Amino acid sequence: MKGRNAVITGGARGIGEAIARALARLGVNIIIWDVLADAASATSASLNQEYGVKGVGLAVDVTSEASVTAASEQVIAEFGSLDILVNNAGITRDGLLIRMKEEDWDAVLKINLKGVWIGTKIVGRLMLKQRRGTIVNIASVVGVMGNAGQANYSASKAGVIGLTKTSAKEFASRGVRVNAVAPGYIRTAMTDKLTDEQRQRMQALIPLGELGEPADVADAVAFLASDASRYITGQVINVCGGMVM
Amino acid sequence: MSMSREEIREKVIDITCDQLKVSRDQIKDESAFVEDLGADSLDIAELVMEFEDEFDLEIPENEQGIRTINAAVDFISGKATK
Repeated sequence: MKGRNAVITGGARGIGEAIARALARLGVNIIIWDVLADAASATSASLNQEYGVKGVGLAVDVTSEASVTAASEQVIAEFGSLDILVNNAGITRDGLLIRMKEEDWDAVLKINLKGVWIGTKIVGRLMLKQRRGTIVNIASVVGVMGNAGQANYSASKAGVIGLTKTSAKEFASRGVRVNAVAPGYIRTAMTDKLTDEQRQRMQALIPLGELGEPADVADAVAFLASDASRYITGQVINVCGGMVM
Repeated sequence: MSMSREEIREKVIDITCDQLKVSRDQIKDESAFVEDLGADSLDIAELVMEFEDEFDLEIPENEQGIRTINAAVDFISGKATK
């Protein structure tokens, strides 16, 4: 993995940062695309210091083809190749379906689904030319099982799973693999806000009995990004303590 | 753009060789990308995008006529002189 170049969208914080960290530990150069330009630069600087990998944080809007195209060109100019893409950037705007505002539906679909399509389209073309590359999309178990209050989010993540399988089929003949990781309940800033009662209810649904850590998701991504998974494409790995089987 | 038909033809052949990994002497003007040069649908999509980038023009999605080297050169020359 040493010397390969990975782009992680939304890699400045949260699960994206854990993914950046896991890949950096393997010697992968890390390019972070995030709307939070300062946080992206800070994360990339800390990875450079900790693991000695090259890296850069760029301000990128994943919903804009122009922004993603410019950022891809910058990566190729600076790093020479783009070997790994992790489409991780995502948001939530929760609410019961019958009360959900159109703008909240649109915002979630735009970033979580259209953003993955744009990243796959622009970076995928580069990878097809290279005849090499691997893409890992971050889906969610709610895209498989649904979740009350997350009509927009679950639809976007189910969309990511379909998109993963179609792009895997379209890119396979060029040796470019596309897979997805679907996290379950992972300890993040979002789940820290839950009450004890909510957390206990949630844990009761998880056969392994506890919430996952961002690093659990990152390890699955690192596997799918590496040659250890060379014969795996179009698959979804649920990292959810067995909540979905 | 002020490229002669011959210059366009040369570029089209260059791009085709590069994309389809075929040698120049395998290519004739009447060579069909799919039947003669072994292109698959993804190759055709990539070829079209290379032509678009190189000649700075847009080739419509439903442009089914571009099946051969000659047809590509004709299409691009036609667009380029408009």
